[in-house]
Amino acid sequence: MTTNILPMLPIILPFLAGVIMLFLGKRPMPHRMISAVTSLIMVGVAAFNVYYVYVNGTMVTFIGNWSAPFGISVVYDMVAALLVLTTSIVTFFVVVYSFQSIGYERERYYYYPMVLFMITGIIGAFTTGDIFNMFVFFEVFLLASYVLITLGSRKIQLQEGFKYLVVNIVSSNFFLVGLAYLYSVTGSLNMADIHIKLSNYDGNLAIMTIVAVVFLFVFATKAGLFPLYFWMPGSYNAPPMPVIALFGALLTKVGVYAIARTYSLFFTNDVGYTHQVLLLLSLLTIIVGSIGALAYTNMKQIIIYNIMIAVGVIMVGFSMMDYAGTVGSMYYLIHDMIIKAALFLLIGFIIYRTGKNDAADLGGLIRQHPVVGWTFFIATLSLAGVPPFPGFFGKLYIVESAFDNGHAIAAILVLLSSLVVLYSVIRIFIKVFWGEPAQPIELKNIKSDKLLFSAVGLVIISAVFGLSADFLFPIFEMAAESFFDPSSYSNYLMGVE
Amino acid sequence: MKSTLKRAGYSKVQRQMNDVFIHFTSKVIFLIILLFSINLFMAGHYTPGGGFVGGLLAASAIILLLIAFDYETVRKMIPVNFHFIITLGLTLAIVAPTLLFFFGTPFFTHQHTYINVPVFGEVAVHTAMLFDAGVFLTVSGTALMIVTLVGGTDE
Repeated sequence: MTTNILPMLPIILPFLAGVIMLFLGKRPMPHRMISAVTSLIMVGVAAFNVYYVYVNGTMVTFIGNWSAPFGISVVYDMVAALLVLTTSIVTFFVVVYSFQSIGYERERYYYYPMVLFMITGIIGAFTTGDIFNMFVFFEVFLLASYVLITLGSRKIQLQEGFKYLVVNIVSSNFFLVGLAYLYSVTGSLNMADIHIKLSNYDGNLAIMTIVAVVFLFVFATKAGLFPLYFWMPGSYNAPPMPVIALFGALLTKVGVYAIARTYSLFFTNDVGYTHQVLLLLSLLTIIVGSIGALAYTNMKQIIIYNIMIAVGVIMVGFSMMDYAGTVGSMYYLIHDMIIKAALFLLIGFIIYRTGKNDAADLGGLIRQHPVVGWTFFIATLSLAGVPPFPGFFGKLYIVESAFDNGHAIAAILVLLSSLVVLYSVIRIFIKVFWGEPAQPIELKNIKSDKLLFSAVGLVIISAVFGLSADFLFPIFEMAAESFFDPSSYSNYLMGVE
Repeated sequence: MKSTLKRAGYSKVQRQMNDVFIHFTSKVIFLIILLFSINLFMAGHYTPGGGFVGGLLAASAIILLLIAFDYETVRKMIPVNFHFIITLGLTLAIVAPTLLFFFGTPFFTHQHTYINVPVFGEVAVHTAMLFDAGVFLTVSGTALMIVTLVGGTDE
């Protein structure tokens, strides 16, 4: 009974809340309250689920009571549990941040329901155990994200929104093609079942390499890997700040999760090719992201290119697919979701307060906002991975695993990228908070208590997350097991058959 | 339609295009399409069909009226907001499977029973139909809303 309800709650709750908000008309106040309360409940449910999975192991529910390889199953393993918890936390803070920043007009035109529908899709994609169902949930959150990126209809939003739409429709088509290949090869869509079928088959599986490349194309487009990142800097620049924070923190990570899941479960027969390609692409992503992060002084762009660096670092760990690599990547993935959202929210506060996007126009803000300044400094250290903060532990394991597998260049690139990250973000800190502005800045008088609550709250969570790394380690070990030992993921089928 | 005619060179365009043939045939065809869409919806349980196709067909029937008559006539015919239709559909689609938790079964596990209806005899009543009705309403509401929005009626 509990295992039937608990895994479904994080998917049902946001959807239900969205529908209730649609009934309530266009007044923003009820929308705000419902979305905040819902996301808070989701945090509670997700936290309980992490505990439950930690104690009892993977939760599985068979939708419609159809047994596993035939029906759709929702598999709530530790990876899904952690990602859902992080998604809920980020959602809660971004929703609270939106109260004072998104603007009355957008709130009237169903901003909050769309956010929650997008969260439904993201959480669905994280928890489903069926690859076709994952495609469906991809479409759910993409549809909501099309609305969010164009909501407000400024010129740049429509322009970039159209680009985003075309890119994602093309890559979704290829997702469907890849699924058709996969189904024609294996005759199943249940991810665990496909894994068992492929690992028990001893014939030639060269065709799986083609499927792997098609899937890599699709998910790399979503995750913003080189060379398919081209839409990202433009499209993520267009919408208002809370939407960017949601996109940057959550949407790219769904692509990362999908690559990790499919590459650990399906494409294990020709690791020498598929995982090497993945490694190469992630290294190129790190390099391109570093160049971008150094080239701009626009604060939004710097953080957007930092997303690429982070995605590259995470993918280096996943392309190793060993114990240390996956533990590190899993930890870094969670860390990055939190800290990217926090950084976007902090930058957003600076932009709303000063009205300037470019760090070069600013200066001396620390006199007015000492708390924001030092919080930003902590966030920077956390992003770059300075020891007590969480970025460090993830990178430590990723680098260790890269050296273990003889990829010294990859390890050194990951290490160098931390320097670039530190430099690019600390440059924002120095330019915005220190010194004197070239021209005196007029600070806008905005209500900012909720903006600061969300931004500082996320940074505090990130710091706590880093300090409790030792305590959380068994949880992440359990999560990584689904990747480096995929049979532990597909174990639930054994009870059924 | 008015602006198209104007561009094509008709200087005087009447407020409403009155074409007896279109009016009459569309009234007849409308009923046929609507009945067929309900048939498809009901057939969806065991045979091809279901809420999605049925909803699209129902929407297309109403769009036919929209072409033959005009927006105001259709609004008078369906006095509810299209928003409301979509919301109602989504509610059915999420509430019907969620309530089934009370039976202690997984999400989407459907319950059914048989009842006797005077004309049709023994009929299966299935909670899946509630969900599918939700799909029907959502799809038809969305299709209608897109057409009326893109069609650009002056508010």
